[in-house]
This record gives sequence, structure tokens and C-alpha cells, in this order.
Amino acid sequence: MRILKQLAYAVALPAVLIAIWWVLSADSTSYYYPPLKTIVKAFPDTWTGDRWLHDVVPSLVRLALGYAIALATGVAVGTTIGLSRTLRALCEPALEFFRALPPPVLVPLIALFAGYTGSTSKVLAIALGCVWPILLNTVEGVRGLDEVLLDTARCYRLRAPARLMVVLRGSSPQVAAGARQALSIGVILMVISELLGANRGLGATVVQFQRGFQVKEMWTGIILLGLIGVLLSVLFRIAEHFALAWYRGLRQSDRGV
Amino acid sequence: MTAIPIRPDEATPPVDKGPAALDVRGLKKTYGAGARAVEAIRDLTFAVSRGELVCIVGPSGAGKTTLLRCIAGLLDVNGGTITLDGDAVTGPPAGMAVVFQEYGRSLFPWMTVKQNVELPLKEKGVGRAERRTLVADALEAVGLTENAGAHPWQLSGGMQQRVAIARAVAYEPSVLLMDEPFAAVDAQTRADLEDLVRALWRRLGMTVLFVTHDIDEAVYLGERVLVLSNRPTVIMEDVTVDLPSERDQLTTRSAPRFAELRAHVYELIQQAKKGQRPDEGATKLEE
Repeated sequence: MRILKQLAYAVALPAVLIAIWWVLSADSTSYYYPPLKTIVKAFPDTWTGDRWLHDVVPSLVRLALGYAIALATGVAVGTTIGLSRTLRALCEPALEFFRALPPPVLVPLIALFAGYTGSTSKVLAIALGCVWPILLNTVEGVRGLDEVLLDTARCYRLRAPARLMVVLRGSSPQVAAGARQALSIGVILMVISELLGANRGLGATVVQFQRGFQVKEMWTGIILLGLIGVLLSVLFRIAEHFALAWYRGLRQSDRGV
Repeated sequence: MTAIPIRPDEATPPVDKGPAALDVRGLKKTYGAGARAVEAIRDLTFAVSRGELVCIVGPSGAGKTTLLRCIAGLLDVNGGTITLDGDAVTGPPAGMAVVFQEYGRSLFPWMTVKQNVELPLKEKGVGRAERRTLVADALEAVGLTENAGAHPWQLSGGMQQRVAIARAVAYEPSVLLMDEPFAAVDAQTRADLEDLVRALWRRLGMTVLFVTHDIDEAVYLGERVLVLSNRPTVIMEDVTVDLPSERDQLTTRSAPRFAELRAHVYELIQQAKKGQRPDEGATKLEE
């Protein structure tokens, strides 16, 4: 019952917005602004098997690959830096600089080195954009680990794997915050990395539609990107729900007392 | 009433109590270096015999926690030796378990009560079957069998501290260190937990070193009370608590001898606060 109610809340506003769009655009005769009905009708014809196989899936695979690389690198390097005061003092200014760089400016640069057309440069761009929020949040999370918890781990002589587990689990709420930020950056970079010199891929397709004046198809592409973004964030939330159940409980009991 | 006098100048414990489980000699700890150095502990020497329950009290800032962290191997010392079961302590030793004051922060919140108690045993290499018995026994001893599957944050403060005690007991340490373990729980829970520690100690014959700032608690729990001076810390007096080993909150705390001992320790703490040192002739307990 509670789930149904929550679902109703979640769906209510989007439904209203779609209805408004539907009604307002119904009589539109503008070429650039077709009725929503037309766009929806064009959707199945636009995103056929061939487009899924050669544009959507490769883009998503690149996103997954780049994101995974960023997650692994960010957590590994972030933990290493977070555990050492010296490394932290040494690295933090440089890390802040890299984080402050808008990731899209790296795309042309990476293309110079890794080529314009292959997947490598795109995966690299996604990974390089995603890694900073994960890395910096991991450093923060590890640095902020409870002293008493670490002392406990030392007193009971936990061996390296168990100690690492304490560090990773203890900092996981912060890491998750960084990973969530990185996910939206990843989706943006998935599109942007295809704008330069790619002819296939989700982002590239949308740009080609726009250049070819296939306006209603372009609209379907934008809607698809939005849906993918929502789906990824739902998946992320589900994973987080299970991995951080203890953290939610801890926070709730802290507030209750 | 014939009370046995306490001899404050008796520095070493009676030898008939068997070999020392924990031996601290000439312990010295200084924070920082050069002109800014702060001498926390100047010279501490004491021994805890196997199976003894010794309390340490001192005025606030006496370096109680520093001392405990040194013994636990969490802090390096600047002089002297700490020996546990004949081996010098240089890092956290194998035969030691610690119960911290901050119960909520010393339990792993992503693990259940049972997993928290079991993890150190796993790391120690205890086999699965034996582990199960140890965990079940320890949880039963602290009255938390029902809560084995709960997460620590689902329990009250007193129950969380029980989990920490169960974890320490299941570990079967040579020496159990307790750092003001009941300072953050309410008075009633505290009385219950004090009785729990006494009961576990008597039943399992553990060696316990109990740090507290509460004079009543120290006298009620301990067989001996080590009173610390203020910084730089030395031992003001090693007070033997000659109360019957059967103790309970009502009769023990209202016994005349309890009042005498309490008053004596109280006086020592007052003197310590004023900066008096043991060599300047602290008052002796009268017969």
C-alpha cells in the first residue's frame, strides 16, 4: 500500500507535465515544434532494431565501461590518498584543479591522443569525467572514518582484507554520493563524446537528426536520453538501497534519539 | 568493626597472587617535542595479576585514556615497558580486548550483533563450530541472545555496550581493558552493567583493567584501585579494596567500609587535583 502511494506520488507530476505538453502542442503547425502525438508516433519507427544495436547499445556499453573504470580507479586511488595524511596534503590542490575543469573540454584533447572515431577516446572521456567526484568523495569518506572504529579494528588485530573492508564499508556512504554525481556526468559525456567525429551512437544520432532537419526524430532521441537517465538513476537507487540499508537505519536512529 | 589498614607506601602488589598478566614499568609518555612537549605520564609502575579486577581513577586530565591507549598498543610510549603475558607490547597485542566508552562508534554498523562479535574470532582463526559456541555463550552472558540478528543501531545505548562487552568476552583475552565504558549510559543502565562486569569477571576469571572517573564505580568494582595524580601522571596510591567479593548495589554501597574507602579515594583525588604528589605525604586511611 505504501509503495503504491509512493509510486503515485512519483508518477503524478510527470503525468501532469506530459498532459500539458500533449494539449499545448496538439494544434502546433510549427516544423520545429511538432505535436507530442506525432513525436510519440515516430518513436517506434525511429528506434528500430538496427538503431538499438548500432547506436544505443554501443553508447550504453561505453558508458558502463567508462563508469566502471572511473569507479574502480576513483575508489582505489581515493582510498590510498585518504589513508595517508602526507599523500592528502600533496594531492589535494591538484585534485581540486582537475575537478574544477569542466569535463567536456577534455573531449577534444582526448580525441587528439586516442583518435576521433574509435571507442577508446569516448570511454576515456567518460572515465576521466566521472573519476573526480568519486575520487574526491572517497578521499573525504576515508579521511572522515571514525577513529574509534579504526582503533577497534586495530585492537582486535583485523588482518589487511578485513581492515580494508572496514575502510570501504565505512566510507561507502560518501563514495555513493560521489558515484551518484558521476553517473549524471557520465550520461552527459556519453553524448558529448560522440559529438566530435562519430557517426554512430546515441548522441551522434541525435545530432545527425538535427542536422538533417528530422525534427520529430530528434525529439524522440532527446526523450530516449531522458528515459535512459531516469532508468540509470532508478537502478542506482536500488543498488544504494540495498548496499546502504545500514546507513539509513543508523541515520534514522541518530535522529530518533 | 575491624578494618584492615591500607598501606599506601606498598608499591608492588602482593606476590602470592600469581604471575602478573600485565606489567607496566616506568611508563613515560610525552606528546610533542622540544619546548612545546607536554609530559602526560611521567612514571607509572604497576602490575595486574592474573584474574584480578583493577580500577584506575584519577582527576580529569590525568591521562587515564592515554595510559589505556598505551597499554592497548595504540600509542607509542617514550619510556618504560609494558608487558602482557611476558611479551613486550609494541602494537595491539593478541591477548587483549578493549571496550571503549563510545559504544555506538566502536561497533561496525553494517554488521549484525552476531557478526560484530564473530569478526574478531574469525580474524583470530577460530574454527566455525567453536566460533558459534563462543558467540552464543557471550551473547547469552550479556543477555542479548534474542538480539543476535539486530544491527547495533537498533539497540539502546546500554544494549550496544553489552554487545561490545560480549565481543570482548568472546575474544577470550588475557586482559580486558575498559575505557570509561559506562560514562555515556544512564544511571540505572550503568548499575546493571557494573553488576554484569562483576558477574562476568567472577564467572570467567578474566583479568580486567577498568578505567573510570567515577570513584564509587571504582571502589564498587575493583579489587584494587589505582589512584592517579594529575599531569604529569604518577600513581598516588594503590588502594586495596577489602570488601567481600560478593557485592551488590544496595548492601555493598551502604557498607561502612565502602564509605571509608570511597572517602579515602575521594580525598586522594582532591589532593591530586590540587597538584599534590604521592611523595609529598598524602593522607593515609585511618583504621
